[in-house]
Amino acid sequence: MEASQFKSDQYVRFCPGCGDHAICMALQKAMAQIGIPTHEVAVISGIGCSSRMPHYLNTYGFNTIHGRGGAVATGVKTSHPELTVWQMSGDGDCFAIGGNHFIHEIRRNVDLNVCVFNNRIYGLTKGQYSPTSPKGFVSKSSPFGTVERPFIPAQLVLGARGTFFARTLDVDMPTTVDCLVAAQQHKGCSIVECLVNCVIFNNGTHAWIADREQRAEHSIILKHGEKMIFGKDKDKGLAVEIDPVTFVPKMIVVPADDPRVLVHDAHQADTTLHRMLALMGQNRIENVNAEVEDNLPIALGVIRNVEAETYDVAVNAQIAEVREKAKAKTFDELTGTLESWEM
Amino acid sequence: MKKIVVRFCGDSGDGMQLTGNMFAQLGAELGHEISTLPDFPAEIRAPQGTIGGVSGFQVQLGSGVYTPGDKADVIVAMNAAALKVSAQSKHFHEHAIIIVDTDSMTDKDLEKALYKTDNPFTELGIPETVQIVPVALTTLTKEALKDSEMDNKSVLKCRNMFALGLIYWLFDEPMEKAIHLLEDKFKKKPALIAPNTKVMVDGYNYGQNLALNITQIHLDSQSNEAHGRYTSIAGNKATAWGLIAAAEKAGKHLFLGSYPITPATDILHELAARKDMNVMAIQAEDEIAGVCTAIGAAFAGDLACTTTSGPGLSLKSEAIGLAVMAELPLVVVDVQRGGPSTGLPTKTEQTDLLQALYGRNGECPAVVLAASSSANCFDFAYEACKIALENMTPVILMTDTYLANGTALWRIPKLAELPAIKPQSVPEELKGKFNPALRDERGVRYWAYPGMEGYEHRNIGLERDAQRGTISTNPENHEVMVKARLHKIEQIADRIPELKVQCNAASDTLLVGWGSTEGHLHAAADELNCALAQFNYICPLPKNTREVLSQYKRIIVCELNTGQFAAYLRAQFPDIKMEQYNEITGQPFAVERIVNYVKG
Repeated sequence: MEASQFKSDQYVRFCPGCGDHAICMALQKAMAQIGIPTHEVAVISGIGCSSRMPHYLNTYGFNTIHGRGGAVATGVKTSHPELTVWQMSGDGDCFAIGGNHFIHEIRRNVDLNVCVFNNRIYGLTKGQYSPTSPKGFVSKSSPFGTVERPFIPAQLVLGARGTFFARTLDVDMPTTVDCLVAAQQHKGCSIVECLVNCVIFNNGTHAWIADREQRAEHSIILKHGEKMIFGKDKDKGLAVEIDPVTFVPKMIVVPADDPRVLVHDAHQADTTLHRMLALMGQNRIENVNAEVEDNLPIALGVIRNVEAETYDVAVNAQIAEVREKAKAKTFDELTGTLESWEM
Repeated sequence: MKKIVVRFCGDSGDGMQLTGNMFAQLGAELGHEISTLPDFPAEIRAPQGTIGGVSGFQVQLGSGVYTPGDKADVIVAMNAAALKVSAQSKHFHEHAIIIVDTDSMTDKDLEKALYKTDNPFTELGIPETVQIVPVALTTLTKEALKDSEMDNKSVLKCRNMFALGLIYWLFDEPMEKAIHLLEDKFKKKPALIAPNTKVMVDGYNYGQNLALNITQIHLDSQSNEAHGRYTSIAGNKATAWGLIAAAEKAGKHLFLGSYPITPATDILHELAARKDMNVMAIQAEDEIAGVCTAIGAAFAGDLACTTTSGPGLSLKSEAIGLAVMAELPLVVVDVQRGGPSTGLPTKTEQTDLLQALYGRNGECPAVVLAASSSANCFDFAYEACKIALENMTPVILMTDTYLANGTALWRIPKLAELPAIKPQSVPEELKGKFNPALRDERGVRYWAYPGMEGYEHRNIGLERDAQRGTISTNPENHEVMVKARLHKIEQIADRIPELKVQCNAASDTLLVGWGSTEGHLHAAADELNCALAQFNYICPLPKNTREVLSQYKRIIVCELNTGQFAAYLRAQFPDIKMEQYNEITGQPFAVERIVNYVKG
């Protein structure tokens, strides 16, 4: 299928220069590549800039209320597992007002493809800090800087027993498309953290890796089965070192030809390494003015991709199993089983 | 006698609900009409023998039964605390028979129940006209089971069956049927059938042989109900089954998104158990997810429901607004309880009416229905589904604790005899041209959902353009859409039944009620020889409402709140004068109090 088949007739109203434009195009490309017909795809969203996305996709779509996209999407997918269901959300919609639905869709492993547009700001309400804004972040609702500890989305996903986590960047179209396609192919709740720039209220929030000059040095694109190599000259690799005193393992950068360089295994059930990879570079959000403490790159690509029973399949299988054994399957048969008498 | 009220009361652990239910069911099987009132404490288990732990079950049976009765003719008090609660709450009248377990009236029992003297009857001021029947229930139960191998604790759990056997004797009821019913009730615990039967039969024989100083009571009533096959059913179960029947009739998959809340949870329990009926019941992470998963299922083409009580309805408000705006079918069941906030979770009230009508942001009309008996919870759950599916709107069905937990006789219908349900669909010619603003001649938008090729569209909680269905902030368009949504609800009045006046329609006094108070108001109207208008359709109101109201000189709107329906009626009919009678005690009406008020 062609990306144009997934484009709706609506004028795209994201601000000029907004990272959401790129994700919108990546979604159309990914959906075309996946090739599921438009009428079998439902895109559900809550409220926020990101939640406008369904309007620009020529599939079934539902732009619901703030924070509840996950619960609505759970209802769509569970009642109709034959549909492909996407959820579009942002850092406010998903991690603040919709936090409960977010952790529970992950815990239940509902087969949804969830794109969380993380620009670390409330854009549609014109510039308040979000649960992912770095500590000390100055915004209209935090004129003296926030005093809150932010969420690290990957930690939240893994803490809720997530089976799929990918991270991508608005300006990296190929990686974004790859992550979206992988999210759809994964059976279970797939979370794709899309790092997007808010050109109006939080411009440059991801500049550390979005900047073309620095990106290769500051990020690594993880691919299952491939060595963890990065750098402009592909001269750096990632390895794990264990502190001899505390036994705490930590990621380190080593030369690309060092035998300790790790091979990425996204299918590993154990979360230890996935967690370490996902947390690389995230310490900088602890403090908005923090100096970079290490030279670790931010991980992009599919970090975790493991199989587990999905909720929608399990719910439907249980109904089928009970129904197969049931003696009464219709209302009249059901009332026939009652203790009753003629009057 | 035509009808009689019996109340079983004891400790929460004494099995009073089971005992009462068995007695009521046997009565129903013998052809009596029944109405029951379970009255249990909010605590799971209060300390044994204390006032806080008293659990009661009241049943009225006979003919012309509309309520569980104001006051009992016969009371079984299993301990001192139960006796005290009954006396203090005036649960029996002055010629009642009280059967008390003398083994549970020791000094220690009196102390636990906070008696001040060692003469409970005098202390409670029980009049001498009340006939006290002392029975050593505990001793006699132990005696009955002396040859069994059960431990003492299990033996004591059978006391309630001795009391039940004695009551069966009092009413001269056939023991073969009673034994059969007991076997059915205990079929999942077969080891308990023999000892419980033995105790129950001994209780019956005790009455028979010892020639207690009371005369047997013969109920010579026969039910006035229509011919048919009957069972007894609780309101929550009837609600669940109404949803099931509607789904099958409509050819839709039934989806429930719910979260546990007293007193609505039994609907979730019943539907979770009905996978054999292809019901998908989801226990969501919270009330909001309950309604939102249901909205998702409705968006995907299902008959979607959510069940809750007042606090949950508050949490669901915004999402119900979404269903109004997105024009999706949705059934919301509100089993009302005492409020506000956590309030009185196990008690009954009609205080969510204005919340159901108006408790949402914006101009947000939805259909509001109210069931008026435990049995017709089935009919109105069915009707709620029919209206929702045919008119693409949320429907809020109001029941309450009294209906939900109470039981009544229910004539079991066949699916074929229930009204047809024709869910809204979409004409073939709109394929490729569909948008979510397109409406039929009634003003009801068409329903297309994922999976249907050529009808892809984007639905929204934002205001939509009346023609194109896309987001619109145009001022004139907004007004058009507000009116379109309102009109859609109003036109439903064309297809609902007219209001029927009950009792003495020719009187110049009219009692007005809504929902669960029908039984009490019917009994009161009969006694007053006046008219009764009981509303099941609240929004929209039946078309002849004004015509009915304007025929009466004196109109008294009776409600278990401070006057919510009265306020609603006055707003619509400001020229019609209405009095109001309200009780707000967490209990159903007492017929006597209504009668006294009306008589002045």
